[in-house]
Amino acid sequence: MVEHCRMGPGRMGRVGRRAIVAGGAAVLALGAMPLRGLAQVKTVKLGILHPMTGALSYSGSQGRAGALLAIEEINAAGGIKSMGGAKLDAVLGDAQSKPDVGAAEVDKLADAGVAAVIGGFASGIVLATTQAAARVNLPYIVDVGVADGIVTRGLSNTFRFGPGQSKITTTAIDNLMKLNDGAGKPARTVMIVHEDGAFGAGLAKTMADELPKRGFEILEIIPHPTPNRDFTNIALKIKAANPDLLIPANYYNEYVLLARTLLQQKVQVKAIYSVLGGAASNVKFVTEFNEAAQYIMDCNHWYDPRKPASIAFAKALADRKVDLTYETMLNYSAVKLVADALEHAGTDDRAKLMVALAASTFDGHIMPYGPTKFVDGQNQGAQPVNTQIRGKVIEVIFPKEFASAEPVFPMPPRG
Amino acid sequence: MSFSLVAPTVINGLTMGAIYALVALGLTLVYGVLHIINFAHGSLLMLALYAVYFLHSQVGIDPYLAIPIVGPAFFVIGYVLQRGVIGRASHGREQTVLLVTLGLALIIDNLALYFWSADTRTLDLAYAFETIDLGVALVPVPRAIAFAAALLVAGLLWLVLDRTDLGKAIRAVAKERQGARLVGINVDHIHALCFGIGTATVAVAAAILLPAFYVTPQVGYTFVLVAFTTVVLGGMGSFAGALVGGLLLGVVEALGGLWFGESLGEIAIFGLFILVLLFRPTGLFGTKAA
Repeated sequence: MVEHCRMGPGRMGRVGRRAIVAGGAAVLALGAMPLRGLAQVKTVKLGILHPMTGALSYSGSQGRAGALLAIEEINAAGGIKSMGGAKLDAVLGDAQSKPDVGAAEVDKLADAGVAAVIGGFASGIVLATTQAAARVNLPYIVDVGVADGIVTRGLSNTFRFGPGQSKITTTAIDNLMKLNDGAGKPARTVMIVHEDGAFGAGLAKTMADELPKRGFEILEIIPHPTPNRDFTNIALKIKAANPDLLIPANYYNEYVLLARTLLQQKVQVKAIYSVLGGAASNVKFVTEFNEAAQYIMDCNHWYDPRKPASIAFAKALADRKVDLTYETMLNYSAVKLVADALEHAGTDDRAKLMVALAASTFDGHIMPYGPTKFVDGQNQGAQPVNTQIRGKVIEVIFPKEFASAEPVFPMPPRG
Repeated sequence: MSFSLVAPTVINGLTMGAIYALVALGLTLVYGVLHIINFAHGSLLMLALYAVYFLHSQVGIDPYLAIPIVGPAFFVIGYVLQRGVIGRASHGREQTVLLVTLGLALIIDNLALYFWSADTRTLDLAYAFETIDLGVALVPVPRAIAFAAALLVAGLLWLVLDRTDLGKAIRAVAKERQGARLVGINVDHIHALCFGIGTATVAVAAAILLPAFYVTPQVGYTFVLVAFTTVVLGGMGSFAGALVGGLLLGVVEALGGLWFGESLGEIAIFGLFILVLLFRPTGLFGTKAA
């Protein structure tokens, strides 16, 4: 639901009990609304849309937290200066983890007068929401949604700041080769466990196409639904097939259950190498299930931990007791990107904002990307990094230029 | 497909099925006596999971030791809900009750989301990773406990219903409401008692589920659909039915997952469900509907 009050025209005439109650409620609602008309400074409304309920609600709430932190910082620093210090005003939406609801939310956000929409999270939702936004020429910044199709449909309103699936998978496979070659090729057989939505199924397909070309043998590909109540059967299958490498691609809750079950069923593999693993780059998982998380590797969105802005960002999240996850990083960056485009456009006119976004060279972000350059809505410099969980810390192991640790591969027996 | 996996898969299915049965027991009691489908069942499960979670994280009480606390507490919650909200708002009409429980579910879910956010919360307990080696399978300790608990709770409920005066009164109300009223049974009180017992059962299920699972405001829905299926499969209102139905569903789902792939495991559940509806509409242990 879009959390905004709207009133219909009141009907005069027969005034019943209901009308009085409704009228009273409307007056209360009016009183609750900030008196924007009296404010001196203009505000720019931004639609912040995430799956806040349903199976993806954890990721959605993380994304919202990141976006709101950026808005808070921008407003505290004086707003959009080229617009006379205009403040950013978040209009929140809930896609309820469903593409159709997400699309309907975009319509409501557009009616509410937002200059742009940020978010979506899951590929399935983003495919629907970007299209809904395109119908009304509303700029849309994809926070995560990695499916390649999102930026290949020729939608001029859609901008993705982070890397897409092909880029991530290619990087993941390249880094896997480096890892395996560097250790004397101990791994040859692979099993893939993925969620059966657009994200997991797409990723599994790319892996199944590419890995055999690089000398790996795929033993089995196991899809599962989200939510999934139990991973014991999958763990049993993995144990029976005994692969060298396990590649999971699923969302947070399922990832954690899978990792716990692997440890419980004493499944030993040489590496758990996830691509966009729902929990593998999440401090919550590392803290709560430290033993099950040990040595898990992930190729995922992650910030450049060396940048001063990144350090400040991590501290701000910690102060607010928000978990440090890639959803927070990407949404935080996406809002900063829009704010930068607003600075350049000097207006919240949607068409002009789109032009400013397309021409963006924004580089004051926390991601390891370099200056922004959009081609057909995809930020060209965007790239994932490889992480490995070591003790209580998520270490960066690739790219080498800002790696914080050497990879441990094959991993020592656990459990 | 490898047959060496069949034995551990069946054992795993049985332990998962025990959890389905535990969740379904309360539902089947409420249906059997009050003749209402309680849509708030999943939400009450979620609420109980949070209660167990907070008792551990704030007070340090082990989930299993929390049963004597959450059980009675949720009995009271259930009693008050039925007496104060559901019974009152429904004006005695069964189809209204359905809507009232649906409304309750929406309110409870959204309050949980408001107060506790969508965060996934889990307990890290040392014994959660311990397993019992049965030779053919490793059974996690929490799952073994769940299995024993499902048998115990089903047995206790059966004893109460079959061997006590309270049980006699409950059965009387279930069979013939007016008649029960005529012989001096306080029907509203019995209704609320049943709802309370049903809610307490779901709280016990929560305490047993949490060590091996997680809690979010949406978690109830992960189990409630299977619980409804369990109730219908076993025969609405039958404890033995809920127990056997739950175990059967667990095994069918596990084997379905093994042979057709995990995504299609649920197809086996609902395939079985449709077969039962077609050929034995009263369920495995059900008598003719009242």
